[in-house]
Amino acid sequence: MMRKLLFVLPGIAFILLAAFLVQGLFLDPSRIPSPLIGAPAPQFALPDLADSSRQVSNRDWTGSPYLVNVWGTWCAGCREEHEVLLDIARDSDLPILGINWKDQRELALRWLAELGNPYSAVGADLEGRVAIDWGVYGAPETFLVGADGRVLWKHIGPLTLEAWRVDFLPRLAGQGS
Amino acid sequence: MISRGLWLAVWLLLSIAGGDAMAIDSEAAFEDPAMQARYEALNRELRCLVCQNQSIADSNATLAQDLRREVREMMAEGRDDADIRAFMTARYGDFVLYEPPLAPRTWLLWAAPGLLVVIGILAAVLVIRRRARSLENEPPELRGEVEP
Repeated sequence: MMRKLLFVLPGIAFILLAAFLVQGLFLDPSRIPSPLIGAPAPQFALPDLADSSRQVSNRDWTGSPYLVNVWGTWCAGCREEHEVLLDIARDSDLPILGINWKDQRELALRWLAELGNPYSAVGADLEGRVAIDWGVYGAPETFLVGADGRVLWKHIGPLTLEAWRVDFLPRLAGQGS
Repeated sequence: MISRGLWLAVWLLLSIAGGDAMAIDSEAAFEDPAMQARYEALNRELRCLVCQNQSIADSNATLAQDLRREVREMMAEGRDDADIRAFMTARYGDFVLYEPPLAPRTWLLWAAPGLLVVIGILAAVLVIRRRARSLENEPPELRGEVEP
């Protein structure tokens, strides 16, 4: 009995280890889970990209759900997802707040003029402080904030219509918007 | 000639030895050496999230620069290391720390090296005992106790 166990145990240990390793193959180390999900969204107040004498703050949007999209003209993935943001802006009445991360004002304004502007408002985060408050580590990142001001979801990387349908819409459905 | 090779060797050795002392910031962040040492130690503990195999002390990615600035400013405000670590994990999760915190879900991780040593010792003891026993059961001449 004891003898048999000694033969079987290494086999079981191997299968367990293999199971963990196989799972590891399908994990993407560049997707770091955000501790912000479920927590109150960090408040921000940034100079308006279009008119730096005004301020953009997410406080003005609390009470109903909204998206926060972190982007920059230096970011290739942001260009990739821009069409999707335009689609969302056209097809839903969900406000999209842009955080223009460590970018140049003229470049960002030209980008919006040329490609279209899906944003309800864009704040310029020149120093990257707001991005750090939101735990941003690579643009583009998109947050869904619920009516109660809590972060419902964070999408890392270029937004796709698929991700929008699967990850965002079901979470929005419970928000009564 | 000989001297050239020697100089090259000396230079190589020096550059390896000097590597540790080089910081990525061109200037020291604090005049007080104790503060500077704390600052550098903290930077080495924090992972740069865009270049995941480097600490923010090693990386010059803009995010690493920004995170170093946050560390510097919080230290200047007089906040302690635990505070600064909490600031980082609240935003980036435990992943930002190179050393995972001791928590129920990391107990296995921290205990694993000790557990493996214990399992190894147990296995070794079992095998040695079994061998000893099987030797006892063999005829004396095979045990080498009796002259053939």
